[in-house]
Amino acid sequence: MRSIMLGNEAVARGAYEAGVRVVSSYPGTPSTEITESTARYSGIHTEWAPNEKVALEVAIGASVAGGRSMSAMKHVGLNVAADPLFTLAYTGVGAGLVVVVADDPGMHSSQNEQDSRRYAVAARVPMLEPADSAECRSFVLRAFELSERFDTPVLVRLTTRVAHSRTAVETGERLEAPLRAFVHDPAKYVMMPSNAKARRVVLESRIAELARYCEDEAESAGLHRWIRKGTRLGVVTSGIGFSYAEEALPDASILKLGMVWPVPVGLVRRFAATVDRLVVVEELDPVLETELRAAGIELEGKGLLPRIGEYSAATLRRALGDDDRKPAAFAPGSLPEAPVRPPVLCAGCPHKGVFLALARVKAVVCGDIGCYTLGALPPMKAMDTCVCMGASIGMAHGMDMAAGREFAARTIAVIGDSTFLHSGMTGLLNTVYNGGASTVLILDNSITGMTGHQQNPSTGKDIHGNAAPAVDLEALCRALGVRRVRVVDPNDTFATERALREEMAVPEPSVLIARSPCALLPDACRDDVLYRVEPSACTKCRACLKAICPAMSGGYDGPVVIDPEMCNGCGLCARFCKFDAIRKEDATS
Amino acid sequence: MTSSLLSCNILLAGVGGQGTLVAGRILGEVALTLGLDAKVSEVHGMSQRGGSVVTYVRMSPSVGSPLIDEGEVDYLLAFEQLEGLRWAPSLVQGGTLVVNALMIRPLTVSIGAATYPEGIPDLLERAAAGRAKVIALDGSALAAANGSPKSLNVVMIGVFAARSGLPKEAFVSAIDRVFPEKLRAMNQSAFAAGFEKGRTA
Repeated sequence: MRSIMLGNEAVARGAYEAGVRVVSSYPGTPSTEITESTARYSGIHTEWAPNEKVALEVAIGASVAGGRSMSAMKHVGLNVAADPLFTLAYTGVGAGLVVVVADDPGMHSSQNEQDSRRYAVAARVPMLEPADSAECRSFVLRAFELSERFDTPVLVRLTTRVAHSRTAVETGERLEAPLRAFVHDPAKYVMMPSNAKARRVVLESRIAELARYCEDEAESAGLHRWIRKGTRLGVVTSGIGFSYAEEALPDASILKLGMVWPVPVGLVRRFAATVDRLVVVEELDPVLETELRAAGIELEGKGLLPRIGEYSAATLRRALGDDDRKPAAFAPGSLPEAPVRPPVLCAGCPHKGVFLALARVKAVVCGDIGCYTLGALPPMKAMDTCVCMGASIGMAHGMDMAAGREFAARTIAVIGDSTFLHSGMTGLLNTVYNGGASTVLILDNSITGMTGHQQNPSTGKDIHGNAAPAVDLEALCRALGVRRVRVVDPNDTFATERALREEMAVPEPSVLIARSPCALLPDACRDDVLYRVEPSACTKCRACLKAICPAMSGGYDGPVVIDPEMCNGCGLCARFCKFDAIRKEDATS
Repeated sequence: MTSSLLSCNILLAGVGGQGTLVAGRILGEVALTLGLDAKVSEVHGMSQRGGSVVTYVRMSPSVGSPLIDEGEVDYLLAFEQLEGLRWAPSLVQGGTLVVNALMIRPLTVSIGAATYPEGIPDLLERAAAGRAKVIALDGSALAAANGSPKSLNVVMIGVFAARSGLPKEAFVSAIDRVFPEKLRAMNQSAFAAGFEKGRTA
């Protein structure tokens, strides 16, 4: 059947057709929909893990027990899962195991722009790279075959434009991949030095076999494509780079690599011999370029094309092709500039009350990864650092240790519920253990928000929305050794401020849990309660606009207006009004 | 859509939460029904939080890049005025710009740090000076009148369907495939309202 699918949905389809039994992941843009989609197929056990390391370990266990398994994550998630990955390369697999990693060139929704192909090289794991949804499906199927044939995990790399584009896919039936028998084989699976030394040798001979496969078989297996056109220009590329090259350089011959590591140097050498000029088109790092140059192949790459950001067909046209453009409808300068529209915290978002409080206490705020990173933007500007998942707590402690107790009294770590459970817990344990005095603010909105509402161990639901045990955050923090644990309502920004000041003044670690559900959760939408401005009472002082709410406007020529379609009824604005002009209304009456 | 009948680049521009993703899915289904290749490129994640969002839709016998380069947009469907202004430079000469009258003020404007330009549809019409067809409509009102303000995306698709000359039935069946049973009638009605607006514009 032919249908149009998101790249991520096609990865899930490929996994389904490959007979996958277990999928475990942690959400992260642009990879999230892979796991959301496998959860919709019967016959696949899908779960959200608290972080990528655990997710990959679950997949490894499933594979050793004899079931095909998969784990999907974003590029920075692979950093977290790197520890098991590197040793998984030594043990190999029981049944097929595929790790899908989605890079984000251009950083649409990420804190860095790392190139995951480096992990294939460093961990010595083969990597496939599809260019569209049809290949997402077929390459995942192929990846499972390779995983079992060569006894290796296989990485499948996507980039945002592959993961988040919908293109046509021809689907097939699910294969029967019966559970393989578990084999007790400590020499293969117990990686202590004596065993690992032997597996290290196996790893190298496996890579040599994979390199031969990549040279000799991968083209007929549908992974590489050699498109013979003109001889003036030849392009070596992979993934989304192929789509851009195909469009921008219609006369060029193209060698499209579907298996990007090991690099098929011999194949590229044969291709190079057929063209006058060879260019490597790869976003981000010069991974292919470096290996091909080392093999003595003459080519151009990053000298011609950028190392930073996404490419497009226009990038290649400008550098290599015919840059003839059709005339535009609007002459340059004929239109006024449009004011920017940066992302904002939503109307009713419980994080706002917290960041407004943080801005007032003038704390040094170590932030973390989530919607709440938007608290760093004007007008709140209430965040000083954001590095990676879980970093806030360790960094706040480090600041305390370096800059002394007086500085520590102004330092706060801010972290979401899902991020705390991902990798913040160990940071808190460290603070307690090492005699720190940090104040940690856990923003508990009962969901993993930014990636689009995924369940986590604090929400009381599993990936299917079924009831699951919910961790007791207060008890957890106490168990880690924090004696002062309090819960506040973030929508009461002034009470939150008072609690913050009290906890910052205390010379011991404390945790404040700001608990209020994400405004976009169906249960949280307070459709029955709205706030409205009484025009006759509004003095146009604009104090309420401090609530920084996208539902509010006006206050200059006329009174402030609250858009009833957008208001989520949090009441934050009313707390700033000294004239009682903002009134609660029962919208159902 | 004469010379470009078999090849068409559509840019859906709006504000996070306005339904451009679903509109992109519908257009992808339309292309498939017509036996065309299609690529629909979306933006997820952080920028969805009330920020500017675009969805690229390309249909032709064989689509390469999922992105549309600046100056290559045949149809710009702007779900909000300011987003119409923002993306207008991407429109090709002879292209069509459909702009919804809705104004969603960015926070920079509500807090007085920036100004929302007045009369954007007229500005666009004048600046195009005949080099593009500009269609201004109150799509949000049409959507509300036909069931729900949330069907703005389908109203916009209705306008596109009428202007593109692509077979109407392909749109009708795509809408039926994308929406669950209980939302179909409402969306078909919103589509018909948009189609009528596009036909007579």
